[in-house]
Amino acid sequence: MAEIRNFTLNFGPQHPAAHGVLRLVLEMDGEVIERADPHVGLLHRGTEKLAEAKPWNQSIGYMDRLDYVSMMCNEHGYVGAIEKLLGIEPPVRAQYIRVMFDEITRILNHLLWLGSHALDVGAMTVFLYAFREREDLMDCYEAVSGARMHATYYRPGGVYRDLPDQMTRYEKEHLGSERELKYRNRARGGSLLDFIEDFTERFPKLVDEYEALLTDNRIWKQRLVGIGVVSPERARQLGFTGPMLRGSGIAWDLRKKQPYAVYDQVDFDIPVGTNGDCYDRYLVRIEEMRQSNRIIRQCVEWLRANPGPVMIGDHKIAPPPRAEMKDDMEALIHHFKLFTEGYATPEGEVYFSVEAPKGEFGCYIVSDGANKPYRLKIRAPGFAHMAAMDEMAKGHMLADVVAIIGTMDIVFGEIDR
Amino acid sequence: MSLEDRLDDLEEALEEYLEEEYQDCTWKRDKGEITLTVPREKLLEVMTLLRRKRTLGFDQCIDVCGVDYAAWKQDEWEVQDAPNTGFSRAVERDGEIQPAPKSRFAVVYHLLSLSNNFRLRVKTFLDEDYPVVDSVIDLWNGVNWFEREAFDMFGILFNGHPDLRRILTDYGFVGHPFRKDFPLIGQVEMRYDEKLGRVVYEPVSIEPRVNTPRVVREDCRYLPDGIAPEVAEEEADG
Repeated sequence: MAEIRNFTLNFGPQHPAAHGVLRLVLEMDGEVIERADPHVGLLHRGTEKLAEAKPWNQSIGYMDRLDYVSMMCNEHGYVGAIEKLLGIEPPVRAQYIRVMFDEITRILNHLLWLGSHALDVGAMTVFLYAFREREDLMDCYEAVSGARMHATYYRPGGVYRDLPDQMTRYEKEHLGSERELKYRNRARGGSLLDFIEDFTERFPKLVDEYEALLTDNRIWKQRLVGIGVVSPERARQLGFTGPMLRGSGIAWDLRKKQPYAVYDQVDFDIPVGTNGDCYDRYLVRIEEMRQSNRIIRQCVEWLRANPGPVMIGDHKIAPPPRAEMKDDMEALIHHFKLFTEGYATPEGEVYFSVEAPKGEFGCYIVSDGANKPYRLKIRAPGFAHMAAMDEMAKGHMLADVVAIIGTMDIVFGEIDR
Repeated sequence: MSLEDRLDDLEEALEEYLEEEYQDCTWKRDKGEITLTVPREKLLEVMTLLRRKRTLGFDQCIDVCGVDYAAWKQDEWEVQDAPNTGFSRAVERDGEIQPAPKSRFAVVYHLLSLSNNFRLRVKTFLDEDYPVVDSVIDLWNGVNWFEREAFDMFGILFNGHPDLRRILTDYGFVGHPFRKDFPLIGQVEMRYDEKLGRVVYEPVSIEPRVNTPRVVREDCRYLPDGIAPEVAEEEADG
C-alpha cells in the first residue's frame, strides 16, 4: 500500500483572502493543518531605516502608510513619541481633535475589517454596507487634511489646522440629477462638526443593520464559533493586544489603563469576550464601534463649546503663521530653519504607545540630539498576532485559516513596515 | 494610581530583587520611563525574575528590537565657518563610519505587566565581534518573530531560538539592512530580463543622495538649567 504523507500547500501571496501579500506555507494532513508557516516581508519598505534619513516631521506621512486602514492612530503614536521626547504638550483642543479622529479611525478600521472578514467567510452584503459608511468618514478626513486616507494631519505640538467651518460638498457636474445632488448633500449644509454629529446619530442604527445580517446568522456562527480559540494565558504569552486580547477575556485597554491625550476626560466602556474564539472577537469589535461613536459625540460637544488654538506657539517646533512671516524677520528665520533643517530633539530614548484599532501601536525612538531620529522602532500590533498564526491554525481545517486571518485583522503595511 | 506612583512601586520592587544579587544591573528613570541595563551574561536570569516575581509580574513582552550605535552623534555637516565662496551643500558624502564603539549593538526589550500596569525597558549591550544573546522565548513565546526580525535587520544572534531565519528581507538576501554601514539605497536592484526570461539582480545604479544633512545640535534649551556648559563656565569665571 502506498505510504500516506503530509503535503505542503502554498497559500498566497496572490490570494483574495490573504489580505494583501501573505504567503502561507501550510503543512496539511488531508484537510487538517499540521503546521502553518507565514512568510511575511513581501511589503517590506524599510520605513524605520527611511525615517533615520529624514527630519522628524517628514516621516509622519510614512506612518499613514504603515497600517493603511488606521492612518491617524499611527500618526498619533509617532507624533506622541516626539512630543514626549521634546517634553511638550499640545493644546487641549488639539487633543480633543486627536481623540475624535482616533475614534473615527477606529470605526473606519473596524468597518473595513468587518466587511472583508464577512466577505472571506462568504457574506457579500456586509462589505457593501460597510463601505458606504467608510465613504462618509473618509470625507471627514478629506475635510480636515485634504486627503482621504494618508492625511499627515497630526503634527508634533498639535494638529495641522483647525476643523473647517464648511463641510465638503458634492458638485452638480459629477452627479446625474438635482434630486441626487440634494440627497447626497443632505447632511453637508453646515460645518464638519455638524456632519460628524449627524453621522453619530445615524451610526448606531447602521451597526444594528450589520448585526442583523451577521450576529444570529447560522452560517456566520458555524464559521466562527469555536474557531481559533486563544486562552487568556496564551494571549498574554503571545503578546496579543487590542481586541485580540480583550476577546480572550482580559480587560486591558491603553485608553483606560494608561490614558493618553484626553481619554481620561471621556466616558466609554471596554467590551470583553469570554471564550476567546473568532465570534467573541467579532462581538468585541462591534461593541467597540458603538463605544467609539459615544466618544465622538462627547468630543463634538466639547469642540463646539471650546474654541482655541490647535498648535503650540513655540516656533522652534511649529511653523509660524504665514501672515506673520510677511513682516516679522524672526518668524521668517524660524520658518526657514524648520523647513530646511527641522528641529533637533534632546538626546534620549522614549517609547510611546496608543491603542490603535488593532492593538498596541508603539514607537520607540532613540535620539542622539540630531534633527533626525537615530533609531525608530515601530511596534505594530499585527506583527505579534501574525506570529501566532501557527498556534491558532493548528488542528483546524483549511477553510478556517481564512476565518482566522480575518479575525486577526491583518494589514500588511504594518507587519512588514 | 498615577504614573508617578506606579514608577515608584516599580523602582521599589526592582530594588528589592536586584540591589544585592545583581549589582551590575543599573536603572535610570527618565521621561516617565525606567530603563534597566543588564549585562549580557545575566540577561536570562534577570528576565526570569522580572517574569516570575509577583510584584514585578511582567507577563507580556511587547517588543524586542536591535539598535546599532556605530554612527552615534556623527553628523553630515562639515562646514564650521562660512567660507569666502559661500556654502556648498556642505554634505559629507562619503563619510566613513568611525570605528565602532566598544559595544556597538544593543538589544532593547519593552516589557509590560498587565497585572501591575508597569512598563519597563530592558537593555543589553553587545560587542561587534560576538553579537550573541540568550533568547527569552521560553519566558515569552511571543518574542519569536521579534527576535527573528532583530537577527534579520542587525545580525544579532539569539542563543536558544528554535527557528532563527530571516523574516522581512527577500529570499537569499545578503547583509543586515538596518546596520548603520548598510547604505540606504541598498546594494542590489532587480529587473525582469527579456533575454533570460527571468528576474535578475544587479548592483544598484542610482547615486546615494542626502536631501537634508544630519546635524547634531547641542540645543541648550533641553539642558536641565537651560544654559550651555561653556556659557555656564564663562559666567562662573567672570
